[in-house]
Amino acid sequence: MAKSEIKNYNLNFGPQHPAAHGVLRMVLEMDGEVVDRADPHIGLLHRGTEKLIEHKTYVQAVPYFDRLDYVSPQNQEHAFTLATEKLLGIELPPRAKYLRVLFAEIGRILNHNFNICAFAMDIGAMTPMLWGFEEREILMEFCERVCGARLHMNYFRPGGVAYDMPDGLAEDIKVWADNYPTFLDDLETLLTENRIFKQRTVDIGGLTPEQAFDWGYSGPNLRAAGVPWDLRKSQPYDAYAEMDFDIPVGSHGDCYDRYLVRMHEMRESLKIIHQCLDNMPDGPCKVDNNKVSPPSRGNMKSSMESLIHHFKLFSEGFHVPAGETYTAVEAPKGEFAVFLISDGTNKPYRCKIRAPGYVHLQSAEFISKGHMLADVVANVGALDIVFGEIDR
Amino acid sequence: MDLDLKELSEYITNGLGGDIQSTSIELDELVLTVPKDSIIKVMTYLRDDANCQFKQMMDICGVDYPERDPRFCVVYNMLSLKHNRRVRIKVWTNEDEPVPSVISLFSSANWFEREAWDMFGIYFSGHTDLRRLLSDYGFEGHPLRKDFPLTGYVEVRYDDEQKRIVYEPVKLTQDFRTFDFLSPWEGAAPLLPDNDQSGDSEDKGAS
Repeated sequence: MAKSEIKNYNLNFGPQHPAAHGVLRMVLEMDGEVVDRADPHIGLLHRGTEKLIEHKTYVQAVPYFDRLDYVSPQNQEHAFTLATEKLLGIELPPRAKYLRVLFAEIGRILNHNFNICAFAMDIGAMTPMLWGFEEREILMEFCERVCGARLHMNYFRPGGVAYDMPDGLAEDIKVWADNYPTFLDDLETLLTENRIFKQRTVDIGGLTPEQAFDWGYSGPNLRAAGVPWDLRKSQPYDAYAEMDFDIPVGSHGDCYDRYLVRMHEMRESLKIIHQCLDNMPDGPCKVDNNKVSPPSRGNMKSSMESLIHHFKLFSEGFHVPAGETYTAVEAPKGEFAVFLISDGTNKPYRCKIRAPGYVHLQSAEFISKGHMLADVVANVGALDIVFGEIDR
Repeated sequence: MDLDLKELSEYITNGLGGDIQSTSIELDELVLTVPKDSIIKVMTYLRDDANCQFKQMMDICGVDYPERDPRFCVVYNMLSLKHNRRVRIKVWTNEDEPVPSVISLFSSANWFEREAWDMFGIYFSGHTDLRRLLSDYGFEGHPLRKDFPLTGYVEVRYDDEQKRIVYEPVKLTQDFRTFDFLSPWEGAAPLLPDNDQSGDSEDKGAS
């Protein structure tokens, strides 16, 4: 029989497809069932965050960072507050550092827990999502107890954190952290040796360390490719230098390794949470400088000076000395950085947000080429894509 | 052998000779200003030299300084995993002068350059696919420029009669409220970091 030529055809993946993780529109050129070209169209969730921040004071800018990667909001705030503090040149009290690390790690677990479950659902496993959300709910309750908001915390502020932990919260986090490994074990029995899960993920979307550098990878995706790089270790910020934890590393850089790295990172995060709770220093949770951090509510009612400070901080905000900094944190998805330029006024002159998902998504074509259509879904899931931070 | 920042800055200046316009270290961050024609050479050197090894292009972004000439600054942030070090490269350009694209050196530069084009209208020569990235299909203008209003020019709504989305000029029900907090006796203009002036421009930046 004569061989017949089949023309390539274009396929629109998303933006309404549930596996598109929000609003990803991907134009795929398919050679039969094999992906020949993938062109992600992003920006459908573009809100102009960077422009808006240029018109807000530094304190007003923090909530915008919650709304970037809304799966782990506190880690974004962390980058912005660190950048602001670097320009201001202030040093935090130890308790503020510990509280930040504690909640940054809770954010990491929030993220990895959600990502693994959503990834599993993308490739056909329903149960992890149902189980995972129960744990996520508990974590969000901790967030609510410390700052009043379940998701968009607005908890990390330039100069420390908004509030200290209420009584009993530390003990409850401790109890949860003791029990969480049981959930992780259960989750692993569902996925790690699951034949279908492995067929869908092993050797899918793999890349070498050199390729990962070229594409600007960071975070778990880079570590899955076998590079032991973690900003918490190599460029420690806040209290991370005092923490003892390991960096899990993969070997193939494929979807399965990314899953395993995230799984292990949650266990390492638990170690950090335990250390934070055990060694939590006493003292104030924000700097004792009313030019930057607002006075307490009680003080405000009795002291004229505090009242003026409070009014000035929440109307005008503080002025940041002119300068610029590129400050990065190890967010759950990778290197989240803020390039902040201050012109000496109360508003940032320019605030560029470097989102890890943005960089990872642009390699979608590279890692999907030659794979089947269904593997695109696995790749997108394993890259850990959240559109809030990609579209900004 | 790990060099400290000052040594590294001298080492790069020696290695590249006249291709570095100026170097500075602020807040423990090394900043190099480079003329746009040498950007490829400088990046190749920074990526491949044994003492630099800046193999990762972490971020490229534009910055708009309307009162300066040249107006735009393209900022490249690079990371060296080997030496655990970052470096920032700055290139100054105008609306009509393209910057050579670094896509051939770093694949990750692709979207960053597209974004800078989209947001600022900075043109990158040698970029094969310089389409808009983040803004709407058919969008006009470059929204992150300082002279682009925060509200934009058009708003979009669903028209029930025409059964489709329509674009209309922005109508604000309340004026956009902005307050000037600059104190009159501390200087009328904001202070921008002025050490990043490009070499050929005179002191035009607000100071």
